[in-house]
Amino acid sequence: MSSTTHAIHYEKKNLPALAGTIGWGVLIAGLAVAGASFAMDPLRAKYSSIMLFMFLAGVGVCSLFMVAIEYLAGAVWSTPLRRVFEILASTVLFLPLFALPILPFMQDLYLWTHETDEILARKAAYLNQPFFLIRLALILGIWILFYKLYSSRSLKQDTTGDQQMTHKNVKMSALFIPVFGISITALAIDFLMSLEPHWFSTMFGVNFFAGSLVAALGVLTIAVILLNENGYLIKGIIGDHYYSLGFGMFAGCVFWTYTAFSQGMLIWYANLPEETPWFLHRWEGSWKVITIALILVHFIGPLFGLIQRKNKRNPHRMLFMAAWVIFAHMLDLYWIVVPVFQPKGPTLALTEFGFIAIAVGFLIVLVTQQAKKKNLVAIGDPKLQRGLAFRL
Amino acid sequence: MSKKTENTVMSEQKQNNKLFAMTGLFDTPDEIMHAASEASKKYRKFDVHTPYPVHGMDDAMGLGESPIGWVTLIIGTTCMLLFLGFIAWVSLVNYPNIWAGKPYFNLPGYIPILFEVTVLTGAVSTVLILFFIVSGFPRNNHPLHDTPYMQRTSDDKFGLCLEAADAAFDEAEAKGLLEQLGAKQVQPVYFDPVEEKSGLSLTSPVFLVVSAFVTVGIATLAYFALNRMVFMPPFTFMNQQERVVAQTPNGIFADGRSMQLPVEGTVARGLMPYPFKLDDPNQAQAMAGKYMANPLPVTAAVLQTGKMQFESKCSACHGYYGEGDSRLRGLFPAPPTLHSKKVTEWEDANIYHVITNGQNLMPSYAKQLTRDERWAVVHYVRALQRSLKPKETDVQ
Repeated sequence: MSSTTHAIHYEKKNLPALAGTIGWGVLIAGLAVAGASFAMDPLRAKYSSIMLFMFLAGVGVCSLFMVAIEYLAGAVWSTPLRRVFEILASTVLFLPLFALPILPFMQDLYLWTHETDEILARKAAYLNQPFFLIRLALILGIWILFYKLYSSRSLKQDTTGDQQMTHKNVKMSALFIPVFGISITALAIDFLMSLEPHWFSTMFGVNFFAGSLVAALGVLTIAVILLNENGYLIKGIIGDHYYSLGFGMFAGCVFWTYTAFSQGMLIWYANLPEETPWFLHRWEGSWKVITIALILVHFIGPLFGLIQRKNKRNPHRMLFMAAWVIFAHMLDLYWIVVPVFQPKGPTLALTEFGFIAIAVGFLIVLVTQQAKKKNLVAIGDPKLQRGLAFRL
Repeated sequence: MSKKTENTVMSEQKQNNKLFAMTGLFDTPDEIMHAASEASKKYRKFDVHTPYPVHGMDDAMGLGESPIGWVTLIIGTTCMLLFLGFIAWVSLVNYPNIWAGKPYFNLPGYIPILFEVTVLTGAVSTVLILFFIVSGFPRNNHPLHDTPYMQRTSDDKFGLCLEAADAAFDEAEAKGLLEQLGAKQVQPVYFDPVEEKSGLSLTSPVFLVVSAFVTVGIATLAYFALNRMVFMPPFTFMNQQERVVAQTPNGIFADGRSMQLPVEGTVARGLMPYPFKLDDPNQAQAMAGKYMANPLPVTAAVLQTGKMQFESKCSACHGYYGEGDSRLRGLFPAPPTLHSKKVTEWEDANIYHVITNGQNLMPSYAKQLTRDERWAVVHYVRALQRSLKPKETDVQ
């Protein structure tokens, strides 16, 4: 902690045009593959749209969650990085676009839209298409509203340095956190859990949140390290800041494991016929391999890769681990969604890679486009100096 | 006595003793950070004392990563594996038992307890190792104890302590360095020979005696609590409970019994009253045949039930095929065959009546067989009869 004050020197530098070009290239290639898949292998393209939407929804809203947590907890380490969090949180603005390809095909994807039985009839009050769309509109609307409020106040502070903006955001965060908890749970139930509508688990929402937080922190880490190591952020962001991001990824992975294991073990122990099929599907045939791989990739790998302090402070190792946990979250989504449509075993096609390219390209384009308009550091924030002086 | 004179007196007293370190006090965290990073360039054995944790101090002192994490990992993992082995031995070798329909070796169920064992052993061993190896427990003396330096660094100053044990240490040079870095009070600290002598170590008798007392005390308490106390009042191993014990007197009710009779006219759940219990058994038998019919259809499942019940409850006397070939070797009179003309021509309900009420020496089987089981047995007896005298259609 430093008690002496240093003036903040931030000079906005434009990102190289190449970055934007690469982003657009990857995005367009991905869109082309996805478009072709809708014609050639429509079912695969349709369920891949769910994975894409849920991945970006998780990354976007969990980035917003990191912004809210910083305000609410009064954290200083993330203040110099917060603008990057905000830029990635702007993913929520585009979520309606990514939800669009799913809505026309709900009949093909969701059993509850067209079939009914004794169990589904009782769930019909919640699981019906009009209410589904209302919920979706409400959730995305709330997220967009909160993003707009956070972002506009934070940007206004860049020029005015008005501390009142921070106070307002702190108060709003106290409201956002419970709203976030309920909305992300509802989204996970709607899009992922209702793929197998007879099955239910109260752990499902929090499990999705944990996985998404890990993926969001992975994306944030990659963005922060690439920008900072190339000098586009502010002087003073060092390994200790990376350490905190890595700490979050580590905690997120362990938390994900905790929720996933609790869910699995309680169902396994109780052995009730209405709860076990979901896990049985994922323990049959070659899906068993994916289930075991998920434990290794989502828990054992990050546990040993991120536990050491020197790994978390090293930008190269952090880039590797960030990519690792993003892959782990993608595998988790794949493991949740695909067994419904490919019960015999996992298969891969170019389609999945096309959708991954869309996600990657979209995030690159998002950062490069927003970087043209905004400062990459919240220079008006009263906590910025303390944040730059942050040491372990 | 003012502080200054006190210090002077202490220095005079101690100047003949061995030098422990040269200490200096600083006013701000920035100063101590700077001083620590400067000192780390020359010294290895030095320490910093601050009233609260100063972030970034590890790097300033050039400490690097602490190896204590590896201790935690290795001991935690080892204990986890040992415990897993213990569970495996208990559940596979020593006391194999099926719990909740799970396999003997029931790994998902063990994971929470393995996790807790890892955390417990890892944490406790880390603390113990810090106590014994790093802090030198049970050592209870240190040259810095009760010095003005320690008083101030636990209050409002930031102290740097350059130890004389360092290879590069020179008294005058260390003093000069501290003054050059801007230390406000620079003082030497000496070993106290009296304290050094009286200090505790792992082999000192005081420590050994106290440890022995603590160990024996804890063991005794644990033994008493687990083996004696649970049998004493008010615990009495939970034998005395405020509950009604069957077949004992009880003051709560007027009649003094703990088991109360059911209210008059109570009917048991699922009771089917049997109407054909007349004084004249022959008339009852005839009435049953006239007014009752077998309610069960002839299905494979019904015949299976009938076969199972017949073979377990009837065949001892009647024989597996109902021919009256008792397996009791004359210990109980053998009944006549069930393939007689009389039984063959009976209605189903006549056979049912006999099973329900008994006949001649045969007792009632109403308690052993439920209503449906009795009817199923009737079907099975019919099947046995038909197997001896098949119709032409059966052979095709």
